[in-house]
Amino acid sequence: MTTIEKPVAEQPQAPEESRRFSLPPWWEKALFPIVIGLAAIFPFFVDSGGTALGTAVLALAYTVMALGLNIIVGFAGLLDLGFVAFFAIGAYVMGWFGSLFFAEINGEKGIHILVSGRAAELPGIHMNFFLILVAAIIFTTIAGMLIGLPTLRLRGDYIAIVTLAFGEIIGRIAINGDELRIGGQELTAGRQGITPVDKIDLPFIAPFTSLELKPWFYTALALVAVALFVNFRLRDSRLGRAWVALREDEVAAVSMGVPAVKTKLLAYGTGAAFGGMAGAFLGSFNNTVNADQFQFYFSILILGMVILGGLGSIWGVMLGAITLTVINFYLIPETFNTLPGKVGLEFDTTQITFAIYGFLLIIMMIMRPEGLIPERRRKQELHEGTDSGEPPITARA
Amino acid sequence: MEAASLSARPAVKGDRLRAFIGTYGLIAVLLALPVYFAAYDLVNDGSLTRIGNNLVDGISNGAIWALIAIGYTLVYGIVELINFAHGEVFMIGSFVAASMFASVGLTGDTGVVVLAVALLGILVLCMLASGTLNVMIERVGYRPLRNAPKLTALITAVGFSFILQNVGLLWRGGSQEGITDLIRSQHEIFSISGIDITNGDLLSIFVTIPLLLLMTAFLGRSRLGKAMRATAQDPEAARLMGINVDTTISLTFLIGGMLAGAAGLIYALYQTTIWYFQGFTAGLIAFTAAVMGGIGNIKGAVLGGFIIGFIQQISDNRDELFGFFPLGSAWTPAVVFAYLIMIMTFKPSGLLGEQTRDAG
Repeated sequence: MTTIEKPVAEQPQAPEESRRFSLPPWWEKALFPIVIGLAAIFPFFVDSGGTALGTAVLALAYTVMALGLNIIVGFAGLLDLGFVAFFAIGAYVMGWFGSLFFAEINGEKGIHILVSGRAAELPGIHMNFFLILVAAIIFTTIAGMLIGLPTLRLRGDYIAIVTLAFGEIIGRIAINGDELRIGGQELTAGRQGITPVDKIDLPFIAPFTSLELKPWFYTALALVAVALFVNFRLRDSRLGRAWVALREDEVAAVSMGVPAVKTKLLAYGTGAAFGGMAGAFLGSFNNTVNADQFQFYFSILILGMVILGGLGSIWGVMLGAITLTVINFYLIPETFNTLPGKVGLEFDTTQITFAIYGFLLIIMMIMRPEGLIPERRRKQELHEGTDSGEPPITARA
Repeated sequence: MEAASLSARPAVKGDRLRAFIGTYGLIAVLLALPVYFAAYDLVNDGSLTRIGNNLVDGISNGAIWALIAIGYTLVYGIVELINFAHGEVFMIGSFVAASMFASVGLTGDTGVVVLAVALLGILVLCMLASGTLNVMIERVGYRPLRNAPKLTALITAVGFSFILQNVGLLWRGGSQEGITDLIRSQHEIFSISGIDITNGDLLSIFVTIPLLLLMTAFLGRSRLGKAMRATAQDPEAARLMGINVDTTISLTFLIGGMLAGAAGLIYALYQTTIWYFQGFTAGLIAFTAAVMGGIGNIKGAVLGGFIIGFIQQISDNRDELFGFFPLGSAWTPAVVFAYLIMIMTFKPSGLLGEQTRDAG
């Protein structure tokens, strides 16, 4: 675990320090090249086909997702419990446009756009990964805005429930999509899953394989860099300030001329786009697009990353994503799995994954709701009510 | 109500249309499915038997959702929190019931009198177990966060929901588990022009209605019930009037949890299958029911429960809608969630919803 966290995770501690010692604000951005640079040399210290690097690739992909959700929940304050929908849509775009799924298309010869190697001879649609990425972004942005529409009039927990319902509907469509036929062609492969999925195939490099994980790692790192860049730029932009304004006080923001509809929809759209990007990447990396992946549990996993790191805090979210991925895919199934058995309990750690997350969420909310690396404004906000000596009366936002 | 839009804005062109949709849109959406299939049955079968059977099953299923939905509505009315763990409290009620069946030694052959007495005892036990659990969740998780932003309490609720699911998973395993059909729930008692009334239907109605009456009487007549209503209206004023707000909130969670426990027992007897994930689905369905009726409104929650039960039965027993949308039990959750989204779009305050204290 320590080997994985080393390059990326330990660095983000700095911003919190910076507040205490009041380092200049550009320090946070100066971390950007340092973290990416340190992450870039990470693969040279581990086995290039092993679990450690595999977990690292997942950690980076989840970081992209968490940064996307951070825009929706952290910046704009719209609690989204259905983020899995965007993962699903992104992954299915990868499955549709990069596998044997549409085997009958074009007289079983298939459609090939800018692909080389083995994929260029197979039936089904095969598109270049970049095109798929763009398609995934377009699909998820539209989906994000669509789900945004019914929530525009709503606030707080109602948004959470509507997004949750949306996520569940997408999950249902994924599971039952094999009986949904549009023009004779089923929509998803249901629980069987679409497999195999094309490997990423970049120009000038040999096609990716599942044995050599370094290219995957660098692709994921590039996606993270894009996500970080967009997050920073958006946060400090006019749009970012509008998000924060709406989050803090919708009435005041609207009366100051912030267009609520457009601003909220943009938050949903941007956040969803990152979910789709990471979804397409994971579809290819996992080599399967399986309906069972797209459950409520996943939305909470990503939300947990954002909360653990600190709502709205970009480096915090990255730290949260890496920590939770390491816990979820490395510590729970590998390191600690047999621990309860050793102390005489009759279950494995993998069986109590849910409870571990539940416990983590509760502890974070009660002890440190602002997260590991808090964003300054959020921190104040979260401690506003609790610091007064008044006995608590009611839950009011 | 909290979910209402920002009312402080100048009138614009679409407002009259929006008001019209707000008043009748939800009713139209709710009627669409039953009316379509009633007409469909009339044309194809020449009778309403099929939809009638859906209605009866829908009401007895809906009674279960109604009991759970009241828990959501009561809690939301008083602390404005969607108690996400409520579905799991219901699930634990079912599990307690199933364990009690086994340890008391009830079987399908047990005599009616013994069975009735035993079930009554188990009902009380389930209610106590679920009620206590709900109070504990409130004490540990929600009370420390009462003045924090709503988001934190909601996430805590999700956390509890996960923990309880895991408790259920470890308790009775990860797959659907059939339990003894004690009351022969599908056994037909009588039938009116092809519409069957089964043991299960009677049980769920005969347990639910007295509970609902008891609770309405408690809320309307007793001092504690008055305190609850006062706290829901204005906690600060209630406190100034000498009402112990913390105790009242605990009491609300207790009542909500007890009703969920009763629902758990009925579910176990009626469906005869239980599993750890039932609470999640049931919780969302019941929440939809609560929102449909107008959250904070008990009659609304009951009405919503019956409507959702009916819609579910229709969806479970048909193959497709308008020859395009697929239906069937695999799609039912999606149908219910689609309804939830439509309610939120057309009328977030629900059928019988009133303006509550945070309305703009």
